[in-house]
Amino acid sequence: MKFVDEFRDAQLGRVLAGEIVATVEPGRHYKVMEVCGGHTHTIYKYGVDDLLPENVELVHGPGCPVCVIPMGRVDDAIAVAKEEGVIFTCFGDMMRVPGGEETLLDAKAGGADVRMVYSPLDALRIARQNPDRDVVFFAIGFETTAPSTALTLMRAKAEGIANFFCFCNHVTIVPPLRALLESPDLRLDGFIGPGHVSTVVGARPFEFIPADYGKPIVISGFEPLDLLQAVYMVLRQLSDGRCEVENQYKRVVPYDGNPQALKVLAEVFELRPHFEWRGLGFISHSGLKLSDAYRDFDAELRYSVPGVRVADPKACQCGEVLKGVIKPWECKVFGTACTPERPIGTCMVSSEGACAAYYNYGRFARERQVV
Amino acid sequence: MAPGEVTQDREREALALIERVRSKPPRFKEKRITMAHGAGGKATATLVEGLFAPAFDSEALRRLDDAGTFSIDGVGLAMTTDSFVVKPLRFAGGSIGELAVNGTVNDLAVSGAKPLVLTLSLVLEEGLPADELRAEVDAIARAASAAGVEIVAGDTKVVERGHADGMYVTTTGIGRVDDRAVLSPTSLRPGDRILVSGAIGDHGTAVMLARGDFELDAPVESDTRSLWPAVDALLDAVGPSLRCLRDATRGGVATVVNELARASGVAVIVREASVPVRPAVLGACDILGIDPMYIANEGKLVAIVAPEDAAEALAALQSVPGCEDAAEIGEVRTEPPGMVLVETAFGGRRVMDLLVGDPLPRIC
Repeated sequence: MKFVDEFRDAQLGRVLAGEIVATVEPGRHYKVMEVCGGHTHTIYKYGVDDLLPENVELVHGPGCPVCVIPMGRVDDAIAVAKEEGVIFTCFGDMMRVPGGEETLLDAKAGGADVRMVYSPLDALRIARQNPDRDVVFFAIGFETTAPSTALTLMRAKAEGIANFFCFCNHVTIVPPLRALLESPDLRLDGFIGPGHVSTVVGARPFEFIPADYGKPIVISGFEPLDLLQAVYMVLRQLSDGRCEVENQYKRVVPYDGNPQALKVLAEVFELRPHFEWRGLGFISHSGLKLSDAYRDFDAELRYSVPGVRVADPKACQCGEVLKGVIKPWECKVFGTACTPERPIGTCMVSSEGACAAYYNYGRFARERQVV
Repeated sequence: MAPGEVTQDREREALALIERVRSKPPRFKEKRITMAHGAGGKATATLVEGLFAPAFDSEALRRLDDAGTFSIDGVGLAMTTDSFVVKPLRFAGGSIGELAVNGTVNDLAVSGAKPLVLTLSLVLEEGLPADELRAEVDAIARAASAAGVEIVAGDTKVVERGHADGMYVTTTGIGRVDDRAVLSPTSLRPGDRILVSGAIGDHGTAVMLARGDFELDAPVESDTRSLWPAVDALLDAVGPSLRCLRDATRGGVATVVNELARASGVAVIVREASVPVRPAVLGACDILGIDPMYIANEGKLVAIVAPEDAAEALAALQSVPGCEDAAEIGEVRTEPPGMVLVETAFGGRRVMDLLVGDPLPRIC
């Protein structure tokens, strides 16, 4: 495919991998966090980490929107889905995420009308087709997906659709990064910044990372060559003793983001005082809710959701894994109480989470080290 | 003891614990059946190996092959049954009727048995247009004739409107085990080569596009066809060098190769760049974030062949109409046992695991 294959060129990849080897200091261990779940996916799909020298470790960050939804919010979603007459719509991968008792997939098997959609506009279409039933959309994601939810709500309002509701769980990227960076035991050398989020918010919001915390960040695209180049740029900054925001994904990310999308977000959403993240706890001003102008579409006002906070089990150490303080296998519940089939923490929920990956492939990783 | 060694010991303990848990037979613990139990991945395995196989405990069933084999008065027979619930009933390149014939025929074929007879059981939904039924009956007759099988018995039920998506079809087939076939999923040896009989991912992609959920359009047709001619050609060309054959339906090539690696206790390396995938399928998968290796096929087999006869086997496959794109995609190694590794086209390596979720329900 033209304009895609060029970014998957194996020969260029080998050249970049060679540059990376030439840049790292022997004996120094580097931990670089890729913030975005989409990057983690590319790393696994193409085996990008396999091309890196052993002393460059990629740490999977908190940017998987499915994994960070806490159990209590999943329980609230299930409670809404079980309301009489409700058609509950959500993205497919959200259906497997466990709440306190069960998943949306279980609720569906138990009789709730839960439907998988690919876009919030699909949910709005279902609402148009079923005017006598409430259609609720489980909105998740960072600034990447929030504009499409916002546009859908604007359209619903313009068309006067009264049976469409949004259970809003949109989150913002900067507060969890700041929370990670505030932690005194953080062991990260630099960051690969989220490409899709940055198409909306731009590169500017990440300036605090070098300015306040002295760590480099490189915003990266999603093809394997993008990621290898971003890793190289982070390592280059470290070896030059620089730390700044660099934009590897210039072909898509303008430094100031997308003003039109930001305007739409500001109209439809407002910040919550705080929002809970699975594995990271409550973070101030990290979640979005519908603004007053859109309160008629707010599923949390339409239904009395239980709103019970289900505490992450005490033994779960996802926070430490995310900060790079411990390895997955050092967590007390890893592989025993917490498995991919019955996950407890955010890192085990998605197959790309650090713990799930280690659980499934850890043995292979060891083989590689021995070789 | 140095601190580093303590860490290594603890890591080894953690990995050993996981290994113990993973090697236990899967248990069926869920309170209800979910769509994942029908997807052909891990959840399906809990149902088959955790509930059905122990309850019925027959020797043929315990082997978990595509068809059960047994002998009567010295004649080796293979028998299998399959239900079809695909939605929509028709899609580019085929329909539920053709799938119902070819699916069962192929389970027999990859067991090394020449398909002979089928039974046909129909569950029809009240209100199904007679023309649609007629079209499917025609499709079944045509596919049976093309596959050289006779339909010898049948049954019909009708259920109330809303209780079936138009029609569900079940076929049961019997075939005669070919004398040239010595096939077993436990017979893979290091060095063996992995072949596929053509471009993968066509069927699942065609059904997905026909469903219209994605508002995508691409020239992709289902590959539904009888695999007996391909099996016959392979047996003819390399006979005893053929270790095992599998029909890469639900769960795709990835699932089949994983099952074989586990059954034989060997590793499999798949070279991604050698796997034939049509550009349109690749494009659709890329947009949807699905790996073609996990997408269902309805007319593609995976063959494991001894290294010395791999070239001959590939040539034999490529001479069969519909298998022109057959390719060698990888080989069997020793380490790490039970795992499938992919050498990506980009040059890295990764693990290719069994399917966990359910990317596309109701594709067959």
